[in-house]
Amino acid sequence: MPTLHRRFLTQPPLLSLYAQLVRYGFRKHATYWGAAAAGAFTNTVFGVLRAYVLIALWRARPGLGGYDITDAVTFCFLTQAYIGPMQVFGGGLEVTQRIRTGDIALDLVRPAPLLLWSLAQDLGRAGYLFLARSLPPTVAGALLFGIVLPGDAAVWAAFAASFALGIVISFGWRYIVALATCWLRDDRGLAVMSLVLTMFFSGMMLPLVIFPEPLGTVARALPWAAMVQVPADVYLGRADVPGALAFQAVWAAVLLSLGALLTRAARRKVVIDGG
Amino acid sequence: MRVYLLLIWTWTRAAARYPASFALMTVAGTVTAALEVAVIWVVFSNTTTLGGFDLSEVMFLYGTSGLAFAAADLLFSNTDRISQHIKAGTLDAMLIRPVGTFVQVAADRFTPNRAGRALQAAIVLGVALARLDVPASRAWMIPVMVVCGIVIFTSIWALSGALQFLLTDAPEVANAFTYGGATLTQYPLTVYGADLVRGVTYVLPLAFVNWQPGLYVLGRADPMGLPYALRFLSPVAAATLAVVAVFAWRAGVRRYRSTGS
Repeated sequence: MPTLHRRFLTQPPLLSLYAQLVRYGFRKHATYWGAAAAGAFTNTVFGVLRAYVLIALWRARPGLGGYDITDAVTFCFLTQAYIGPMQVFGGGLEVTQRIRTGDIALDLVRPAPLLLWSLAQDLGRAGYLFLARSLPPTVAGALLFGIVLPGDAAVWAAFAASFALGIVISFGWRYIVALATCWLRDDRGLAVMSLVLTMFFSGMMLPLVIFPEPLGTVARALPWAAMVQVPADVYLGRADVPGALAFQAVWAAVLLSLGALLTRAARRKVVIDGG
Repeated sequence: MRVYLLLIWTWTRAAARYPASFALMTVAGTVTAALEVAVIWVVFSNTTTLGGFDLSEVMFLYGTSGLAFAAADLLFSNTDRISQHIKAGTLDAMLIRPVGTFVQVAADRFTPNRAGRALQAAIVLGVALARLDVPASRAWMIPVMVVCGIVIFTSIWALSGALQFLLTDAPEVANAFTYGGATLTQYPLTVYGADLVRGVTYVLPLAFVNWQPGLYVLGRADPMGLPYALRFLSPVAAATLAVVAVFAWRAGVRRYRSTGS
């Protein structure tokens, strides 16, 4: 891409650089459409299995947690739809691999902050996976079981904002986990710890509204809830929208700031190790 | 068989060279599996029965399914890496060695730390059995069903491996059947739709992993009203699926065209 090179050399990193990175992130994943289609298929199958378990639970306890059966099924397929864009099972960032290989030293001296660079790439990835891996399970769920479809445009707008914030929060968390590899040297243990925390406390396995107290209250205050549970509640019209978005914005800000601090610390750490 | 044992022993020794990593991954696998138990706990903190089955019975189904799946996963699940072997060209090397391809693929990068998951499932099963008080006249079925379950899950791994000769780019499709099968059998099949239950009884025989024989162990009538004899047919179902898997695997290997890399 000679045009990018020339622009890169003559100008300081501008918004257009990040726009390019978003585009490249999107294109890179769009290349592997077969893998995305397979992922969508698997997400759908698991959505169906989970939906049946939730239906059985809500048959036994109608109105549990303020949801009815359709709400529970909708929740299930929404959360399956998050798996791709929010990379709920972890990973998705190149940073981890680049730390292990040492290429991170190169990334840290780029004229653009590593955090924003990775975020832009990740947003492109999320954009593609939203199309390829979120829409199919949701449509399948709607056809097989019937899901809630908000009639109000305001709900859709609020959900779009909440979903986007959820992606940023998921990036913030995965970025911190990835950079922690700099200190802990082993990325696999961290990946599993992150997976367990995210799966359980986000509402990915079961809606947080049915967690026994006080575990439920604690889980709903943590950043993982802001990824999965909160956008789903906004979609179902069961959340106070300004409060929910503010909650997400706070966690997004906290995680991204922490990520920026870790990047600065990592820069010193890499120098000490001799790169 | 001897070659298989030799290969997995070699990989076990390799894993033992990194004891910290080995311990970490064993703990990690156990913790991930424990998430499923946490889900059952949350569900049963809200209800006393799910699909007509109580906590002990669901734990029994979870334990038997988990034990069979974990054993098959430990011993043979590396067959789902076949698409990587195809892409990397390492399958060519395996084809010219004087050992069966399946044995080599299954033993390649054998990871003994997956035993943690089997242990976890065995503990859940033990707790469930202690609470259920199954008479010895029906308990003989438990080892039979676990062995049949291992054969069924292994056959599914082999079938999904064979499928990857066709879908080299999409190995994740296989997860829907392997991990999906494990998830499906963790709960009483009464929670699923009647069509799905017929499908996993007569097409892909997941119902024979733990549901049909489990009904016998638990001494329950089939809530779906399927024939009583089905609960003794797990060995037949497992053997049939294994034969199908062998043919599919062979057809896959025959169909394989090297990329020449």
